[in-house]
This record gives sequence, C-alpha cells and structure tokens, in this order.
Amino acid sequence: MRTIQNLLEPLQAKLHTGCTDVAIPEYAFGSDLMSDVLTLEDQVPLLITGLANTQSIRTAEMADIEIVLIARGKEVTKEMIDLANENDIVLLSSPFSLYKVCGILYQNGLKALY
Amino acid sequence: METLKLKYSIKDGDFSNAGNASSNIKKNLKMLGIDAAVIKKMVVSVYEAEVNMIAHANGGKIEVFIDEEKIKAILADVGPGIPDIDQAMKKGYTTASEEVRQMGFGAGMGLPNIKKNSDDLQIESIVGVGTTLTITSYFKS
Repeated sequence: MRTIQNLLEPLQAKLHTGCTDVAIPEYAFGSDLMSDVLTLEDQVPLLITGLANTQSIRTAEMADIEIVLIARGKEVTKEMIDLANENDIVLLSSPFSLYKVCGILYQNGLKALY
Repeated sequence: METLKLKYSIKDGDFSNAGNASSNIKKNLKMLGIDAAVIKKMVVSVYEAEVNMIAHANGGKIEVFIDEEKIKAILADVGPGIPDIDQAMKKGYTTASEEVRQMGFGAGMGLPNIKKNSDDLQIESIVGVGTTLTITSYFKS
C-alpha cells in the first residue's frame, strides 16, 4: 500500500501532525476559497490550499477532510497545528506552488473530483 | 430522546475563534451517534452562518435543539439586517470585507450553501435590528 510517506519526497513536504502511514487517498481538491470547499457534495479526503490560517483547518473539520496540505511554503502556525491535532487531521506543507503540488499529486494517482 | 439544547454566544469580529461553536456542535452530534452525512450537512450550514455572524452581523447567539426526528439550529444576530433576502440568496452576491476574504470566505456563497445543505431554511430579517436563520435537518427526510 502506498502511503503519505511516499508523497513527502516528491512534494518536499513537512509533516506537522498525524502519521505518514495513512493510505494515499483516491481524490483531492485544491482551493484557497473555503466557501468552495464547503459546497462540495462528495467526500474529499485531501485538501490542497494556500490559505494558511485556522479557517482552512476548521473547514476540513466541518467537511470531514482527513488530510490538509498547505502549499506555497506558507507558514503553518501553532494554532493550525493544535487544531489539526485536536481533530485528527494530517497536516502537511510543501514549498511548491498550488499548481505544482496538484501536478505532483496527479502524477501520483490522485484523481480530481470533477 | 428528549430534546437536547446547546447554546453559544458569538462575539462580533472574533475571527480567531470563528468555528468554535460549530466545532462543539459537531462533537456533540457525533457523541449522540447521529449519521455522519446528516452531521456534515448541518455543521457546514452552521459554520457558514457562524462566519457570517462574526463577519457581518455584530455577533449574536446560536441555539441548537436535537430531538428524535430532527436537528434545528437557530442563529440570531444583532447585525444590520438583510435589506433584500432574494438578492442575498443569489450565488456570488457579497458585501464581505477584505478581512473576511483573507479567511477564505466572502465569495457570496454562504446563504445559498446553507439552503442547499438544509431540509428547511427560514430567514427573518429586519433592517437595523438583526437577522435570524432557522436551519432544520431531519434524520429521515
């Protein structure tokens, strides 16, 4: 089984919360607009966003998103880490742009919702 | 099941705590063993409304009632009111500030999304007095 651990190197990602032996999900969604994320009817296991504040983690909590990946090298704050820990959300960050992160994930088999 | 009541006060402009009430509501609904899909729809609605309350409406209070057939959330603010509810329900219509946009909201999708995620949505608004949303989700709709 391929896990999040397999994505760390290609994304040059840092793991902030959770563990890396979680299976790579089938689908992902990328957006900086949390309103967009909250309108999704399908289950989204992984959110890619450049929005580095507590609302991206809150949105994940409300929408049952299991993994949040912060792009563009944005600083991940202690508040974000605490909130992710409290809600069992895997929190990662990558120095790459949202577009590049999405490309790498697509290459690794993660599909688009639509 | 007897009616369970949850109550929260929401402070105006308290962006750092936006979502705390919705989070607590979600934890309570999960503890009651309510279906995950019903919980998600309700908390997405309440979260959107909580952000609205902090961003536009001078704060207010949230009350949630849970009985054997439904969850009902009443969100009453003391904000400026909505002069034209039909316009506010249109996707893309917004009066959001830059601060709200930086939080990832303010695209004019909140109220339409609340309506989509609820079985029933009632909006009562008086300009200069405030707005009350009543969001209801039934367990078997």
